[in-house]
Amino acid sequence: MKRATLLLVLSLLLALFLVACGGGEASEPAASEANEASETSETAVEAPSTDSNTSDAVSCDDPIGCVEVAPGDPIMLASALVISGPNTELGLDSQYGVEIAIDLHGDIMGHPVELQPEDDGCSAEGGQTSAQKIVSNPQIVAMIGTSCSGAGVPAAKIISDAGYVMVSPSNTSPALTDPELHEPGYLRTAHNDKIQGAAMADFAYNELGIRKAAAIHDGDPYTEGLATVFSDSFKELGGEIVAFEAEAADATNVEPLLTSVAAAGPEFLYFPVFIPLGSLITNTAADIDGLDGVILAGADGIQSPSFLENTVGTSEGMYASGPDLSFSNAFYTDTFLPAYMEKAGTEPTAPFHAHAFDATNMVLMAIEQVAKEGSDGTLLIGRQALRDALYATSGMEGITGTITCDENGDCADPKISVSQVQDGEFVRIWP
Amino acid sequence: MSQRFKDIDYIGVFLWVFRAIIIVLVIYGTVSKLFLGVGNEYTIETWIDFFVSGLSQGSLYALIALGYTMVYGILFMINFAHGEFFMSGAMTSTVLVATFLSASGFLDAQPLVSMLLITAVSIITSISVALLTERIAYRPLRRAPRLVPLITAIGASFFWQYFFRGLFGSALIPFPVPESLQGRWTIFGLEFLRTRVVVMGTTVIALVFLYLFIQRTKTGKAIRAVAEDKDVAALMGINVDRTISITFAIGAAMAGIAGVLWGLVFRQVHFYMGFVPGIKAFTAAVFGGIGSIPGAALGGLLLGVIEAVGPPLFLEGLGIVGAHQLKDVIAFTMLVLVLIFRPQGLIGEKLAEKKA
Repeated sequence: MKRATLLLVLSLLLALFLVACGGGEASEPAASEANEASETSETAVEAPSTDSNTSDAVSCDDPIGCVEVAPGDPIMLASALVISGPNTELGLDSQYGVEIAIDLHGDIMGHPVELQPEDDGCSAEGGQTSAQKIVSNPQIVAMIGTSCSGAGVPAAKIISDAGYVMVSPSNTSPALTDPELHEPGYLRTAHNDKIQGAAMADFAYNELGIRKAAAIHDGDPYTEGLATVFSDSFKELGGEIVAFEAEAADATNVEPLLTSVAAAGPEFLYFPVFIPLGSLITNTAADIDGLDGVILAGADGIQSPSFLENTVGTSEGMYASGPDLSFSNAFYTDTFLPAYMEKAGTEPTAPFHAHAFDATNMVLMAIEQVAKEGSDGTLLIGRQALRDALYATSGMEGITGTITCDENGDCADPKISVSQVQDGEFVRIWP
Repeated sequence: MSQRFKDIDYIGVFLWVFRAIIIVLVIYGTVSKLFLGVGNEYTIETWIDFFVSGLSQGSLYALIALGYTMVYGILFMINFAHGEFFMSGAMTSTVLVATFLSASGFLDAQPLVSMLLITAVSIITSISVALLTERIAYRPLRRAPRLVPLITAIGASFFWQYFFRGLFGSALIPFPVPESLQGRWTIFGLEFLRTRVVVMGTTVIALVFLYLFIQRTKTGKAIRAVAEDKDVAALMGINVDRTISITFAIGAAMAGIAGVLWGLVFRQVHFYMGFVPGIKAFTAAVFGGIGSIPGAALGGLLLGVIEAVGPPLFLEGLGIVGAHQLKDVIAFTMLVLVLIFRPQGLIGEKLAEKKA
């Protein structure tokens, strides 16, 4: 009896642990479920549209269905950002960006825009659940998200299979817009890490004169992709990668890891991870004998005030790559920031609120382009037409720069800069 | 002869093979690491660093594991909210006391007084949260089937996580370390990080006090009596409900101490910080023998050391890249092995039929 209960408890515990740690193995069931979801959603969409033909409204001739918004009903958008767990700051920051974009844009052809916020949990399971929930609602036109690349992989599959479309403000993993792996309903306004990783390698090799570097990732597609691109670019430039290590994102004791890395004798340590692990590594590195004088560097995942507060003293002098946030436009400082401060009550907590704002505007403008209004005030939004309009986005002036989408869904105007922590603040130093 | 073959138990054979494979892998990895020089080369000092780091992490697991094991010993329930007792103490003392003391400069001027004050607040918070949880969520379910309080505990765990998120926010909060505890001390010619020494010292003191309390005081005797048999203990005039509350309180006090030490070592607290240590400490408790106090301490220390030394020793020896990421695999494989071959844990006693 006792043994049976204990085994039960253990299996439950393992399940909990797996859910918490996340992993990329959830794509198989996602596909079959997504097919079911797409069938149901399409029938749900098409059934009312045949009705509307009789009342001499415009009819839906879109190959993958339309969203029909009755007069006075809101146009539904959804977001799937990380709004719980240890990376909440990243997702909430983006969500404020989305909400501000909707507020500032106002009604579309007399219909208010409404947001259904979901949580991507910064994990594959969270991405799958939130996407599943979104495609089960036929009124939702498009999704803004996900926050984390790990959640983006299953979400892109589900959303695309169901005929929906998503624009991510902060997925940067190269895999998501790789021509081989790209899903047709997936776009992003965040930069591709192919550019960020290469920029960091360039900075380390040419600017700092580093020849021996080490990289640490946490197994998430974002961090692993970035660390890999960095290592490859660094080797191409002629440098040597002396250690390429991995650590669990929720690790507590990183001392053994750093001791191992120190034994390899790097001059430069790149750890493109999220804040909890990033500040742990930064703080612990100060205690490791062999890491004296080794230059530390992170990526956009740690460029946040919270990271600096947690690494007072230890992060001084370290570098971080990230999107260039020196937005020069007056709109950002005069309109966006005050709106953000009013909504959130704080300064922005992560770099991607601007990308979320641009992503939402991209979607809203595309909806305006493709929406057709019937004589009774019913709005029809073709799903394929919406996708086409999004991919056709070109030369759109956003906060983050000039947004132009390519056929793989990369829309960002990728400006990467490297910042250094000076007197407890990130100061842009390169290029 | 044929009789002997009939007696072969296929599960038994499988388990033997399984055990042999694990042992061969560990020995192969260790030998190729130490004698064939696979992967990075480590000096003796590096190995000592791994070991000490594992010991200090293990001390924290041990302190948290005590709460699991004591509650299991008395109620036979896995209190999954125990990680949140730990988190509540750490967060409250950091936000309300440590940050304030650090800003006023008192922390550096009077490190001992400050640390005691921080620890006191942490212990009080943890105990309050534990008693509240016990009274509201567990006591009404005491006669319910065993799975009911288990699920309730998971619910309580989520409740406290998001309660403290609402209270103190979702950001990581830095834990200020007094200046006098930064840097290293030289002991026996070896350099140790001061915070690690403090962690191990405090853990030893706490364990000794707990052991004396359970073995030498009247309340301790009552706890042992209730753990043995609740009904008979009640007949002897022991207030069972009160004794159970005291058990929760002691476990939570240990978690509160662990919370402050955690802050000292890892320098950051967070509303989510109770989850992983909670699961690891539970593993440690099962590892050592759930229900046994020395077992929890031993299990915690061993788990910490295995997590720190295992990956560089035999995983790197097996040629695995990014070995440190897999320390959880080692920890949980050890747990499975212990459950298969020694279900009562390393030094756990065989339980009486009534408890099982």
